[in-house]
Amino acid sequence: MSSVLEITGLRAAVAGKEILHGIDLRIASGEVHAVMGPNGAGKSTLSSVIMGKPGYEVLDGTVTLDGVDMLCLAPWERAQAGLFLGMQYPTEVGGVGVVDLLVEAARSAGRDPSLVAAAVRAEADRIGLDAKLLQRSLNVDLSGGEKKRNETLQLAVLRPKFAILDEIDSGLDIDALRAVAQRVEAATEEFGLGVLAITHYYRLLEELKPDVVHILARGVIVSSGGPELAEQVEVDGYAAFAGIG
Amino acid sequence: MNTLTFAASAALDGPDWFAQFRRSGAEAFAAATRPSSEQEIWRYSRIGELDLDGFGPPGAAEASLPATVDTTLADLAGLAVVQNGRVIRCELSPELAARGVKFASAVELDHAEAYVGQVIGRSDDALAVANDAYGSDPLLLVVPRGVTVDRPIMVVDWVSAGGAAVFSRLVVQADAGSAVTVLHQQRSDDQNCWIAPVVELHAARDARVGYMVLQDLGVASWQTATVVAEAHQQSTIDVVAAAFGGHYARLRLDLRLVGRGASGNLAALYFADGSQMFDFRTLQDHQAPDCRSDLLFKGVVDGQSHSVYSGMIHVRPEARGTNALQTNRNIKLSDAAWADSVPNLQIENSDVRCSHASTVGPIDQEQRFYLESRGVPTRRAEQLIVGGFFDDVATRLPHDELRAQIAALVGTKLGVAS
Repeated sequence: MSSVLEITGLRAAVAGKEILHGIDLRIASGEVHAVMGPNGAGKSTLSSVIMGKPGYEVLDGTVTLDGVDMLCLAPWERAQAGLFLGMQYPTEVGGVGVVDLLVEAARSAGRDPSLVAAAVRAEADRIGLDAKLLQRSLNVDLSGGEKKRNETLQLAVLRPKFAILDEIDSGLDIDALRAVAQRVEAATEEFGLGVLAITHYYRLLEELKPDVVHILARGVIVSSGGPELAEQVEVDGYAAFAGIG
Repeated sequence: MNTLTFAASAALDGPDWFAQFRRSGAEAFAAATRPSSEQEIWRYSRIGELDLDGFGPPGAAEASLPATVDTTLADLAGLAVVQNGRVIRCELSPELAARGVKFASAVELDHAEAYVGQVIGRSDDALAVANDAYGSDPLLLVVPRGVTVDRPIMVVDWVSAGGAAVFSRLVVQADAGSAVTVLHQQRSDDQNCWIAPVVELHAARDARVGYMVLQDLGVASWQTATVVAEAHQQSTIDVVAAAFGGHYARLRLDLRLVGRGASGNLAALYFADGSQMFDFRTLQDHQAPDCRSDLLFKGVVDGQSHSVYSGMIHVRPEARGTNALQTNRNIKLSDAAWADSVPNLQIENSDVRCSHASTVGPIDQEQRFYLESRGVPTRRAEQLIVGGFFDDVATRLPHDELRAQIAALVGTKLGVAS
């Protein structure tokens, strides 16, 4: 079944300062949308607001998944509705392992928790995450690449409808980047994952092929287009786009 | 009826040495200053609400233990049951008895006077001195030179004596090169009582002593517990305390490192809720060179509960090469709960490595959001975080079943359906 994540007129503030000035995006199952932009454009704010992270205030606009309002839901309800946030800086949680977390997520969502451990092992193997690391506390003593592989592993086990990937390409080497991008790309085929990939750099998009590229600057989307838009950014920089610089 | 009189002390039974021990204890107690929260060692506590003279002696022990007191842990080398301060059952594996391990009521053992009261000496804490004066039946474990007790020995301390003051004592003597671990369960029914246990741990040269105590007292119990551990040359003492019960539960834990190269690991996990108060006072007393001590106390306070952690690392002039850590971390689950955390250092030698850390705060918002973003509801996310918070203390417990019991107690406090 095809799903749609739709963002309309989204305005949001952090600590009383408006960061997003009206964002419109529409992503369907299986599509990969890239949001690119310079530092301070509001990229991380966009991902945080979609998932409902505390500390962000929605001033106006809507976020819906198949017509269901997400903004009135708690973060865990959004996750159960089919959203996933891959974090730029995954949080360390001492004493809680990835299997503990995903078992609890499965139980809470009414899925069979007994299948989780095997699914985690299979995905770890597939994404190239050392099985020994699965015993560790979440994100504790993991390298940048291991953290992002671990985020992607969780995505693959949870099988959400839409994944918001917040700079999943930061802090990891080229091998890890390729493994992560290929797994996400495959998920768009396997279970129709729709992707909102937020990134500063072009290099992610060499591996994870976007259908649509949006340029976010100063809290608004200043340009949208095909993959060629990302290439243009790579050549000309963000300053070349209207309203920047 | 008042327990705390010379007559009450003299009326207790036992051999001559024990009568003398109690008499001198009663004299010291009569001369001691009664605790009040004006004194630094009782600061922050609710000790002013405890009327010491309002308690009588416990009655006779009952025939059987309630089903809630578990004496069935697997893989034990020995088991003792102490009820209302009296040893009512004591078993030791025949193989260990044949190797000279002694485990019995001290009043039944020869030369017990060489051990009882030796580590604690005359405490500066009046309520520990009360145990000297009014204790009725110390339990003594002696592990001879070079003997390794490869399975834990369990002591169940059960109090069912409403209105009574109860003074149990456990003395562990590990001779040179020996090794032993004792699991101590402290439980009581729901009646008002005052329990003042004393535990003395002695690790001779190259010995290893583990002492793990699970305090799960009834809701109306007052406990003022004293544990004193003395580590000699190259010995190691590991203490893990888990505290869940009681109306007011105080643990004073003194570690004395008296021989070169001795080490001690002190850990605790505690979870207070309702109107409970937990009160921890620790001392890492470095008296010899090249000793190491590592303290990690982690607690959760919920409801209107209150916890106190006050700890001291004391490095004496002769204790060069000391390595000492002291960490206390607390999670506040409700606005009305309170945690005091007061680490202290007193360092009298410059060749030392000491550090202390202390935190009190709510559940980390970023951690909660991370778990929630995977679809875990808020309350379950908090339960996972608290369980994980205790993990690095719980893993120091050497017994799977005890670890599972503690996990279940944490779950109950968090309202997890099991």
